[in-house]
Amino acid sequence: MTRLNSPEKLECARKDIVSRIDPTKPCISVCAGAGCLASGAAEVIAAFKTELDFHGLTTEVNTKGTGCPGFCERGPIVMIYPEGICYLKVKPEDVPEIVSHTIKEKKVVDRLLYEDPATGTRALRESDIPFYKNQQRNILSENIRLDSKSMDDYLAIGGYSALSKVLFQMTPEEVMGEIKKSNLRGRGGGGFPAWRKWEESRNAPDPIKYVIVNADEGDPGAFMDRALIEGNPHSILEGLIIGAYAVGAHEGFIYVRQEYPLAVENINLAIRQASERGFVGKDILGSGFDFTVKVHMGAGAFVCGESSALMTALEGRAGEPRPKYIHTAVKGVWDHPSVLNNVETWANVPQIINKGADWFTSFGTAGSTGTKIFSLVGKITNTGLVEVPMGVTLRDIITKVGGGIPGGKKFKAVQTGGPSGGCIPEAQLDLPVDFDELTKAGSMMGSGGMIVMDEDTCMVDIARYFIDFLKDESCGKCTPCREGIRQMLAVLTRITAGKGKEGDIELLEELAESMGAALCALGKSAPNPVLSTIRYFRDEYEAHIRDKKCPALSCKEMIAFHIDPAKCKACGSCFRQCPAEAIHGGKKLIHIIDQEKCTKCGTCLDVCPSRFGAVRKISGEPVPAPVPEDKRAIA
Amino acid sequence: MSEINLQIDGKEVVATEGMTILDAAKSVGISIPTLCHHEKLEPYGGCRICTVEVEVRGWPKLVAGCIYPVEKGLVVRTRTEKVDKIRKVLLEEMLAHAPDSEELKALAQEYGADRDRFEKHPSFCIHCGLCVRYCAEIKKKNAVGFVDRGSNREISFIPEIAAKECWDCKECFPLCPTSALQAAYVLAGALMTPPEEAHSGGCGCSCSCGSAPEKQAG
Amino acid sequence: MDISKIDQIIDKHDGEASSLIQILLDIQSEHNWLPKEALKRVSEKLQVPMSRIQHIATFYKAFSLVPKGRHQVHVCMGTACHVRGAQRVLDTVQEVTGVKSGETDSDLKFSVETVNCLGCCALGPVMEVDGKHHGNIAPSQIASVLNNCE
Repeated sequence: MTRLNSPEKLECARKDIVSRIDPTKPCISVCAGAGCLASGAAEVIAAFKTELDFHGLTTEVNTKGTGCPGFCERGPIVMIYPEGICYLKVKPEDVPEIVSHTIKEKKVVDRLLYEDPATGTRALRESDIPFYKNQQRNILSENIRLDSKSMDDYLAIGGYSALSKVLFQMTPEEVMGEIKKSNLRGRGGGGFPAWRKWEESRNAPDPIKYVIVNADEGDPGAFMDRALIEGNPHSILEGLIIGAYAVGAHEGFIYVRQEYPLAVENINLAIRQASERGFVGKDILGSGFDFTVKVHMGAGAFVCGESSALMTALEGRAGEPRPKYIHTAVKGVWDHPSVLNNVETWANVPQIINKGADWFTSFGTAGSTGTKIFSLVGKITNTGLVEVPMGVTLRDIITKVGGGIPGGKKFKAVQTGGPSGGCIPEAQLDLPVDFDELTKAGSMMGSGGMIVMDEDTCMVDIARYFIDFLKDESCGKCTPCREGIRQMLAVLTRITAGKGKEGDIELLEELAESMGAALCALGKSAPNPVLSTIRYFRDEYEAHIRDKKCPALSCKEMIAFHIDPAKCKACGSCFRQCPAEAIHGGKKLIHIIDQEKCTKCGTCLDVCPSRFGAVRKISGEPVPAPVPEDKRAIA
Repeated sequence: MSEINLQIDGKEVVATEGMTILDAAKSVGISIPTLCHHEKLEPYGGCRICTVEVEVRGWPKLVAGCIYPVEKGLVVRTRTEKVDKIRKVLLEEMLAHAPDSEELKALAQEYGADRDRFEKHPSFCIHCGLCVRYCAEIKKKNAVGFVDRGSNREISFIPEIAAKECWDCKECFPLCPTSALQAAYVLAGALMTPPEEAHSGGCGCSCSCGSAPEKQAG
Repeated sequence: MDISKIDQIIDKHDGEASSLIQILLDIQSEHNWLPKEALKRVSEKLQVPMSRIQHIATFYKAFSLVPKGRHQVHVCMGTACHVRGAQRVLDTVQEVTGVKSGETDSDLKFSVETVNCLGCCALGPVMEVDGKHHGNIAPSQIASVLNNCE
């Protein structure tokens, strides 16, 4: 590979790559993102290779593993080009049929297409599926077009043209101006305007400066950064180099969590490829601008997602946050000015440069411009990654894109912002999703996790879940966070165990207030899941404390399983499958659960045939006395 | 050094650049409580008992007095209702670990903190880090360090270093706000265990094993 | 333990103290744990005090100061998995392996750990065995997956 040492050479190389692509040649793209791989995408790709080989089609048909298009629920996803046919939930067994029907005979395999659950109509292309139709996929749409390990693919869709543009046609001030005009706000947490950090760093007198990608995506329930860095690593790298040029930095870091091995692999590969072609290293594209970048793997600590903790970790120390009375943009890694943005923020930069700030601000609201990727997960029909313009309502995301709540259940709340965020109830669903509105509602944007909860989710248990998460993930340096979380967890555990006391809600509020004195933003925001559930679901807390009842029938220590004697048909399902052998059964004998032995695993409820529906959960009331022996016989 | 004018509890104060709120307050006789602060050590900001309210562009904000640098026109309040409430809760939380610490008991009296409010976890350590930092920064021995994180965070001696350095030094003992109990207890535990075994289980810290003998303090 | 292997890892990172975490990650993946001798060597060669290494080795979840089992079972406890029944998955894994979360059995066969989000949230609940993800795992399927481990 020769280094490209001028913008002209880059365009030549691009033309060459594009000219070698035959748009009519069939191409089979299989999502090779982590989600689809977990559903068996690697086996599907292997099956395609074998099958194509068998038919002697290896040279006539391309196959590639691409980035994640987002519809993880229906993976593995297979796209057939040039027609753009979208097959879902493809298994290796389906591959021979796809090759013989679709590739050879140009016929569609109907059963693998998306089927509208309401109308039963099939959708041929991605754009016909409601999940995609209601999105604005400025960033994510590139994923499925790229072999995530091929730089040529990235160059073919215009990759590194933004870098070439800034290096040869724009001054750093002009780049800064464009980013400022776009009002790009950080997509990793608090929504701090990116240009402010950039400007502060640029203006700092220290000549050694750093730019950093925060890919330590630790919010449980969020995986958009994973999809971007795995699927389109060059776009992140290009954004970072542009940032470095604007700020005047010559060194960068990409901090990736080790729980994402594929992301680590793909970004390392991208850096190697970019170095070979001269996008990284000395005298980039012959511009005289130098930039090198190192990948640093996180070793498993949520707190390292906090910018100052991440910087401490980069220095090779335990990732404890530092007080930020002097911004990290001025005094960051080894006390040098350091600009840190998350993956999605950097991914937006090349697009803003290429298409302009005006294009970017045409999406979203005045205060929150552009699009935002959310990971829509939990109790929702279409789970996966969703990119929408800022300002869309939560209701639209949940119903139009997400397809509502499965199983005929009732929506209860949506949790945004991870452990720093909060739960938003039904009454607030028409809230436009942007940085400021979510904060007003007691939650926050965070990195974009959106966990949908239905009537079976207990909100006190959710609060307990987050505090339990933070108990192990707090760094433990400052008292309010370490001890506040410890005490909050004790209170919440007691409430969910049916031992709550009057005054516990007030105690939680008092502890929350004391956590305002914590050292870092993670500690200060740690009480949010508790405060937001108290704000919107106080009645659930009160039911637990006063009536010793879990309204969602979820808290294990407050519920009991009971077989309705009038409904039990003595089929023996629960009797045979109870792992605790807690069910007394027998032929034509009404089954009875021994409450002493019952471990409340819920197996009986799962296996009781729905036509009987004899098992139910109860809470806050005594378990009915078992049927007397002489009345147990079923006629 | 340029002069910086600020206001603390209604008093006009003239400070110099590089001073913290704590320094500036001290210079005019306003006392702010501290536990993890030490003149000779790098600022730490861990215990947060020195939390004060400042006004930044009209917005009230809670900051640690021992590390927050003085700024021109800064308005500081060291005893608001909110600050006092927070200090009270923090003290109650620390007293759950070290109920007999004289320093904590004195502060508890001042802020009306209830020593028995929270269930006791008598580990004695309140994580001020004075022993760890003193040993690293002043003695440069690094015989004691932190282990683990979150609510499992503890201090732990490195047995090999402690066996050589600690018995003739013990300078960290009197620094401990919980009356040296913690350092002595953990050090004794570390030295009772042969070095090989000290690292065989979990975090390698001997403080939570419960088998450490009761050694005399300091 | 082969100390020259440790030296190789240290040299690969140019013996820089700032690469301490990266070096420990490499040792962890080479040995499946961080043997004390290795840590002593790192401390000497990088001129980093043992107290700092001890803090790092216990602060980050990827490290272990005791040998891990041949098979690593990770149960995702992320929010999406939590609301879809991750606790029941964990309970079952603990029951099948006889190993509690955070522990390893005496034959060094299984190590069970909980993780706070593997980033496969759409497939929750998720269990990962030796790097392979099992999405939408039902408690009743767990025994058959784990029984395949030798």
